[in-house]
Formats: sequence, C-alpha cells, structure tokens
Amino acid sequence: MKNACATLATVLALLAPSMSTNAIAQEKQQNFPLLTFRTGPYAPSGSPWANGFVDYFKLANIKGGINGVRIAWEECETGYATDRGVECYERLKGKSGGATVFQTMSTGITLALTERGIADGMPILTPAYGLSESADGEVFKWSFPIGGSHWTSADTQVQYVAQKVGGLDKLKGKRIALLYHDSPYGKEAITVVTARAKMHDFELIAIPVSHPGVDQKAAWLQIRRARPDFVLLWGWGVMNSTALKEAQSTGFPRDHVIGVWPSGSDSDVKEVPGAAGYSAVLMLPGPGFDSAIAKEVREKLHAKGQGSGPKEEVGEALYMRGLMNAMVAVEGVRRAQEKFGKGQVMTPAQARWGYENLQIDDKRLAELGIADVMQPLATTCKDHMGPSAARAYTWNGSKWEVSSDWLHADPAVLNPLIKAAADKYAAEKKLTRRTGADCQS
Amino acid sequence: MFYRENGQFKTSYRADQQIFPIAQDRWVILAFIAFAFIGVPMLADEYMFRAILIPFLILALAALGVNILVGYCGQISLGSGAFMAVGAYMAYNTYVRIDGMPVIIALLSGGFFATLVGMFFGIPSLRVKGLYLAVATLAAQFFCDWAFLRIGWFTNNTASGSVSVSNLAVLGWTIDTPVEKYLFCLGFLVVFTLLAKNLVRSAIGREWMAIRDMDVAAAVIGIRPMYAKLSAFAVSSFIIGVAGGLWGFVHLGSWEPAAFSIDRSFQLLFMVIIGGMGSIMGSFFGAAFIVVLPIFLNQFLPAAGALVGVEISTAAVSHTEFMVFGALIVWFLIVEPHGLAKLWSLGKQKLRIWPFPH
Repeated sequence: MKNACATLATVLALLAPSMSTNAIAQEKQQNFPLLTFRTGPYAPSGSPWANGFVDYFKLANIKGGINGVRIAWEECETGYATDRGVECYERLKGKSGGATVFQTMSTGITLALTERGIADGMPILTPAYGLSESADGEVFKWSFPIGGSHWTSADTQVQYVAQKVGGLDKLKGKRIALLYHDSPYGKEAITVVTARAKMHDFELIAIPVSHPGVDQKAAWLQIRRARPDFVLLWGWGVMNSTALKEAQSTGFPRDHVIGVWPSGSDSDVKEVPGAAGYSAVLMLPGPGFDSAIAKEVREKLHAKGQGSGPKEEVGEALYMRGLMNAMVAVEGVRRAQEKFGKGQVMTPAQARWGYENLQIDDKRLAELGIADVMQPLATTCKDHMGPSAARAYTWNGSKWEVSSDWLHADPAVLNPLIKAAADKYAAEKKLTRRTGADCQS
Repeated sequence: MFYRENGQFKTSYRADQQIFPIAQDRWVILAFIAFAFIGVPMLADEYMFRAILIPFLILALAALGVNILVGYCGQISLGSGAFMAVGAYMAYNTYVRIDGMPVIIALLSGGFFATLVGMFFGIPSLRVKGLYLAVATLAAQFFCDWAFLRIGWFTNNTASGSVSVSNLAVLGWTIDTPVEKYLFCLGFLVVFTLLAKNLVRSAIGREWMAIRDMDVAAAVIGIRPMYAKLSAFAVSSFIIGVAGGLWGFVHLGSWEPAAFSIDRSFQLLFMVIIGGMGSIMGSFFGAAFIVVLPIFLNQFLPAAGALVGVEISTAAVSHTEFMVFGALIVWFLIVEPHGLAKLWSLGKQKLRIWPFPH
C-alpha cells in the first residue's frame, strides 16, 4: 500500500508540469476533444474518420475559426475500448480551459458517457450513431444524435431493400437476414427491423457476429441454410470485408447484401475482389471525392503538406463523415455565438443551446461545400435528431456510385419506438421530461 | 535505525499473531489508511478519482480475489472476467428487479451468485491441474460472455444489450460525486482486505497453501482437497464478483459484456503474477502497475516528446504504450520473478537490519 502511494505521488508529480503549461491562457480558443481510435481492430474505420475531423478543424482555422475564436483540438486514443474512452473523457473534459462537446465515435462509449454528460453538463454529440432514443430531447437534454441514429439507418436500409423489390408491400413473405456486430451498436438495428418486419410481414433472421468479426463461418453457414432474400450487414472494421469475402465463398449474391454506414467505406471493399455489386445505405454524408470541401482540403491542406492522412483518402465516406461530424460541432458553437455573443468562447452549456437550435439549410450546406452529399439538418428542444436522410451507394469494383434517391427515415415508424424507449430510460433513471420553459435555457 | 524493534516484546499469543507484529508497520499502515480516507479526498482532483483511483481500487479488489485462488491455492484460473461479469449482472438484476433493494446488499448478492458460478466451474479442479485447469476455467469465460449477450433476462431485455444503473444510495447517502464513489470503493476494499488477510493466515488459508505446494502431500496429512479447492474458488469468486459489481455500478455506470471480456481475465491474472503470487500486498502492487502505468505512459510520452521537440501522434503513442508496457512486464519478471511484493519485502528486510547488514 505504501508503494501505491508512492506511485500515486510520482504520477501526480509528473502530470503537474504538463497541466500547468496547458493552463496558460492563449488567444481565445474553443476546445474540441477527440476520442479517436487509430489502433486496434477497428483502426481501418477509425483512421479516416479521425483524419476528417482534424482536417475540418484545420480548414476552419485557416478561414478564421469561429468568428475569430480559434479552434483547438486534442486527440485521445481509445482503441474503441469503453474503459479507455471513459478515461479519455475524464482526462480531456477539464483540460486547457474545458471541453466544449464530446463526440464519442463509438456506441459503447456513448452509453457510458450519456449519464456522465448529464451529470457534468457536457453535450454528447453522436451524429448518425449513438443511443437511438436520445433523439428525444425532452428526456436526453445533453445528447445529440444530430441528423440520424442507428434506428434511422436501419429504417432507411429496409426502405432501400423495399425499393429493390419494388415497394414496401412487396416485402411480404420475403426473408431477410440481419448480420450484426454483437455489440450495442449492432443490436440497435434489431428493434427497428423487427418493427418493420411486423409491419410488412417479412421474416427476420438475426445473426450475431462476435467481436471483432473475423470468424463468420458459422454465420454464413446459417445464411446458406436459411437462404434469405437479402442480408443486411451491420459490421464494423474488419468484420465488413470478412463478411463480403464470406458472401463470395458462400455464393451469396453481393447485390443482395445491403450495408449500413459503418459498413460502407472504401476500406471495407477495396481489397475484396468480389465486392462489386454490394451496396450500402449511408446516413449523412456518403463519399464525396468531387465535393467542394474535398477539393478545398486538397488545395489548402494537402498542397501545403498539412493534410492529416494520405491524400487519396480525402473524399472517402468515413473521411467525409469526420469532416461532417466536426462541421456539426463547429456549426453548433457558431449558432450558440449568435445568441450568446459573437467572437466569444462558448461554455458547454451555451454550446448545448447551439446544438439544440441547429439550422443547417441548403444554403449553408452549399457554403460549407457539402451540398452534394448531405441533406439539411435541424434540431429543436423536442427533437435532438431532426430530419434524417440517407442515400444508397453501390460499389462497382472501383468506386461507389449513387444508387438511390434520398431515403428519409419514417417518423411514423420511429417516433413511437423512440418515445417508448426514452420513457423507459426516464423511468429507470427517475428523470422527468423537460418542460417548455427549460427549452429556453 | 528507522525500524528499531528493540524493546517490542510479545508477551501474549495474541500479540504474536497480529497482522503486523512490528509496531512501525502497524502505525504506518494505519496512517496510510487514514490518509486514503481523509487525505486523498482533499488532494486528488476529479480526473485522479474517476480515471485512476476508482479503477485502481476496484481492480485491486478483483486482484485480491484472484490472488486467493491463484496465489494461495495454486489453481490457475482464466475465468476471473466471467466471475466479475456474473457479479455485475446479478447485482444489477437484484437491484432493478427488487424494489427498494439496498446497493450494498445487491452487490453482495452479485458476489453470492459469482460464488455459485465459481464453485461450479471449480469442480474440474478436483481432477485437472495447472494449464489444463486454466483451459477448463476458460470455459466459464466463454459461457458467461455468451449468456450475458444472448439471454435477454440477464439484461432486463434491453434492446442494446447494455445495462445501466444510477441513483446509488446507501442509507440516505447518495453516491454520485467522485469522492463519494472513491470512499465507497475504498470501504469495500479495506473490509475485504482485512477479511482476506485473516482468512489466509487461518487454518483454511494454510490448507490452501498446502494444496498449492503439493496436493498429494496435503491429502496425506489429512487436508480434504475438495473442501480446500472449492472453498478457495468460493471465496475468490465472491470477492471477484463484488469487484465486478462495483466495476459496473460505480465505475462504468452502464456496461456491456465486453467490459468483462477475456482481456479482463488476463489482466487480472497478470496483476497477480506481476504483483506477487500469494501476497495480499502484491494484489495492490499488481493492480497499480496494470491500471496506472498504461495511462501514465499515454500521457507521459507526448510530454516527453515535446521536451525534445518531437510531436508524437496518438497512434504512435498508443503503439509505444503497448511496447513499453510489454517490455516492462518482461523486465520485471526477469529481475524479480516473485513479483513486486517480493521487492517490497526484500526492501523491508534490508531496512530492518540497516545500517548493519550482518
């Protein structure tokens, strides 16, 4: 025990200098901590995602920050592990004058941080992932799945399948397999697909694949036996390419495998020769190599050797997602500045107001240079998600091609589910719904 | 000199059988516990509590449990993560399914169910030994991973398969600030350490050690192997189960089976090996080493890089962390195969006779 004390003292002593140097106030800056995972089995997905984040911040600083407030960011490596994510959160939330908002980049970490966010008054941003019921802003005051969640992903995915078979009514009697990553992320899909299965009378076979997803022989044997019409793929990292390889060796037609956004990036299909025909429904941005913003990153960052990752990656789906996630974080603060003072550093509570009253319309999207890959975003006190739109992309062997119109998640299907789940959460945590008065704060 | 024991006479059996027979030890440990209860809450900041101290306390408790089984009874187990999971999930079920259930009772009931599971998976230890037993206990790990992922009842049928608890309170004392959580865990750790220490120096503890050193000889002198082995499994998994409950309830707040994966089992086993097998103190050293060192490296490396003007990327830091950590483990095992606790006791021995080594 004595030695433990000594260790503690050493750690404290070694941390002290690094803390004091950071505490020195520089020019006005808004801190955006990043919980990245550039190592571990999910690194192929995590690296482009993180690079997109950092590049957007760099780009925004070149353009003068947020009305003159410089953007500062710090990465903390989680390896996609929940306990490390919690440690990173604790480390960064008070560092250099305090964090503005946290983006967890993992559903497991989201679950662990949701309650801490409430306790600490820290907004938790999870655009297109996270806890689906946190779309209910009346219960989840500090959580923001802006522009979509796993549930909207699942809903649009089913809609895309319906489009392929010629309408939602044609789904009747079909057999659909859901091949999911056995984690809170993958399980999110089950609720919505089950609800849709009941509505349209199709048969659902849920097949879990355990972490990290490199062993799928048994799962594909099950698929081979059940002969489903479609396979909905909810993978992450190495699980995606493995699933596509297994589909090929099983002889399952790839154009009947439909992925979700975490399963639809270049790293998932590039090294897989038989992946052509596979399509993925991408909530929020898809790949955008020709987007104005991608060009800007190449010109203003990569041309000067300041890009964060390899140049070829600029425009990939996950890279664009990083850009967009960072954009939402910055735009929320910009919105908050309109209310609380332009050119000021926003506190987490003020930024929260910004995220709750976000208005990114077509015009703003065009200014930001991502109008071709995104649909407008809007949040309110009641609805922390707003409209969500996804588009299907099909891999033709060398690049992703848009293969559907914008698909919008159906509120009639999702809202009752969100309400029920949020109520259950509120009852468990003994929370009361926020009233209209609280929305003004 | 500092450790002058002159004049400390033991005049009764009681005095001879104390946990710390030397007065200096006693005072230092008491002062240290007082410091942990009073001084640390005043000194440490929120980050220290939530990211370092609380995980350290809970994992030290788990390591203590593993040490009883592996270090004292010699039964190598790779199912510790599973027993933690049982503790956490059953504590959760007791807590949410029975209205008005006190937290401490819920945690202890988690420990109780972990005891049952631990004893069940300990049955093979009556037949198989060493590595074979490790493989048998591995079954516990896979079984529990499977059960908590697949059987909806354990997670109260939550859609995401992740469970969470909040509003912890003990007799009107709400445990929500980091300091309160710290004190709560510290209370558990102190009580269980005292319990474990007394167990291992009692008759049953001597039975465990006899079994560890040579089970045939132990049986010959009249120790029942079944009783000794299963009781070690029971006590060990009870403590591990309570630690699992604390890990879920106090540290994470919401968790999924991945929080108690096979990695956790290995981590606990490493703690015991590095800290020192068959030493209560070793569990603390091991836990400190495994919990604090990676976090320390993770923050120290970029700072060290900045000193010499090199910017190290987070990925490189993470990789270096693994390499340095691995190298340190190997180095420690070569320099001191009996663990950090042995270093500690060597140091103490030297201090006692200093400055006259002969």
